[in-house]
Amino acid sequence: MENVEQKFQDSVNAEIKIEPRNWMPEAYRKTLIRQISQHAHSEIVGMLPEGAWITRAPSLKRKAILLAKVQDEAGHGLYLYSAAETLGQSREQMINDLHSGKAKYSSIFNYPTKSWADIGAIGWLVDGAAILNQVMLCRTSYGPYARAMVRICKEESFHQRQGFDILLTLANGTPEQKIMCQDAINRWWWPSLMMFGPKDSESSNSDQSMKWKIKRKSNDELRQNFVDMCVQQVKVLGMNLPDPDLKWNEAKQQHDWGEIDWNEFWQVVKGNGPCNKERLEARRNAWDNGAWVREAAAAHAQKQKDKQKQQAA
Amino acid sequence: MTDQIKYLLCLADNALILGHRNSEWCGHGPVLEQDIALTNISLDLIGQARNFYQYAASLSGADHNEDTLAYHRDSHEFLNTLLVEQPNGDWGVTILRQFLVSNYQYYLYQQLQHNSDVTLAAIAAKAIKEVTYHLRWSSEWVIRLGDGTTESNQRMQQALHLLWPFTYELLQPADYETGYIDVTKIKQLWQDKTNEILAEATLSIPNNSQPFIGGKTGAHSEHLTAILNEMQSLPRAYPNTIW
Ligand SMILES: [Fe+2]
Ligand SMILES: [Fe+2]
Repeated sequence: MENVEQKFQDSVNAEIKIEPRNWMPEAYRKTLIRQISQHAHSEIVGMLPEGAWITRAPSLKRKAILLAKVQDEAGHGLYLYSAAETLGQSREQMINDLHSGKAKYSSIFNYPTKSWADIGAIGWLVDGAAILNQVMLCRTSYGPYARAMVRICKEESFHQRQGFDILLTLANGTPEQKIMCQDAINRWWWPSLMMFGPKDSESSNSDQSMKWKIKRKSNDELRQNFVDMCVQQVKVLGMNLPDPDLKWNEAKQQHDWGEIDWNEFWQVVKGNGPCNKERLEARRNAWDNGAWVREAAAAHAQKQKDKQKQQAA
Repeated sequence: MTDQIKYLLCLADNALILGHRNSEWCGHGPVLEQDIALTNISLDLIGQARNFYQYAASLSGADHNEDTLAYHRDSHEFLNTLLVEQPNGDWGVTILRQFLVSNYQYYLYQQLQHNSDVTLAAIAAKAIKEVTYHLRWSSEWVIRLGDGTTESNQRMQQALHLLWPFTYELLQPADYETGYIDVTKIKQLWQDKTNEILAEATLSIPNNSQPFIGGKTGAHSEHLTAILNEMQSLPRAYPNTIW
């Protein structure tokens, strides 16, 4: 037993991808199922806050772009569910776990989209934060997960640019649009910082994930990259990041920032965010209302099969 | 307004309003793959609408563009059929509505791609590729749901009762349409295909239903008002603003 475990770790260390048929520690499999399904759920739940603005997009071009973006996220969910299925978990089981509250999804999607500028802010900040995490995951040790991430990353960078473009248009627009733009940045900034998870000193499963090369950068490292990136980009917008403590640290050649409200972070994780109930309810409703459709499709497929058998006999 | 512009707006409005209705499903579909498929159709339809609006705008004078036409006309100025503005209902209603419209658009664009107006013909030629897929996808789903379970068959039969009265308008041309298409021919082809698919789906066409007509001349249901209130809210609240 120790022998296979050592061989597994040697492969990981040698940057050889772990594939579905390879032996892997049970804890590695479980961690991956939890992480990949959580990631898939985030893509799917993430369709809701942005999807709410498709019918209200202020131009036909923006409408088409947003519709395509939300559709991309559905595709990401699909790739990720497939990747998790290679570990022996069915999509249906994962979806049930989401609906029962057993499985989590990114807390960021429990915040409301109150104005059109939120669609820009989500693209810029939320997709921007997701990209940093996902670029890292393109090199994750589990083959199917890494390959799904490569496809996803290509599309995510479009999303970020499109979001930024929405904000840039608002930032160069009327006084009302400028206010809308700054307000959205104010509301999405801190939740975006929270997307990287607890501080390294508080993060329970980080060490093991690093050793297995599921993760390659710590939460704090990724968060630092994100802050440094956004400080530059917000200047192009001529807007402000809502943090009086945000400043350049000459000694470490990076930015320092203010304390995240960790109480809020844990409250949203526990289900007490502004939209947790609505999001889960929307997902459950979609699933329940679609039950008769899935049943009919299965019944029809079975009928076709039976017919073919009869004809062959 | 010339008949040419009216006709282009009718084509555009049909595509936009149906695309809008379908886009309401995005994120709420019965299964992920079909959520994506319906969103695709929605994207195609909005793309078609944009092409028609852009052409109509180019004929309408300098202060028009695709967005003024989509966002700054009132309900009575929209020329789409009543069918496309009907609420989504359940997945069955949405699928059936898509089939009834795609089936019409398929034969319509087949004619229009040979129109002497080369711009219109080019838009139709591009659209027919997309609509071919829409028709196949929606036909398959009508059959699957009609010939699925007892429940799904009942739901589809109900959907057919609900939507059938709106199909007459598809096949009854407004004044501004007659110069463009041979309606009798489209009607025949549409009926043949509809009969074929509904028969395979084990669904029966309702008889003695009362036709609902008026959308193509601007007499809409209250559903269109609700759609436009939502769709046009930002450009109406902040006029002369670039987004
Ligand atoms: Fe995504
Ligand atoms: Fe994205």
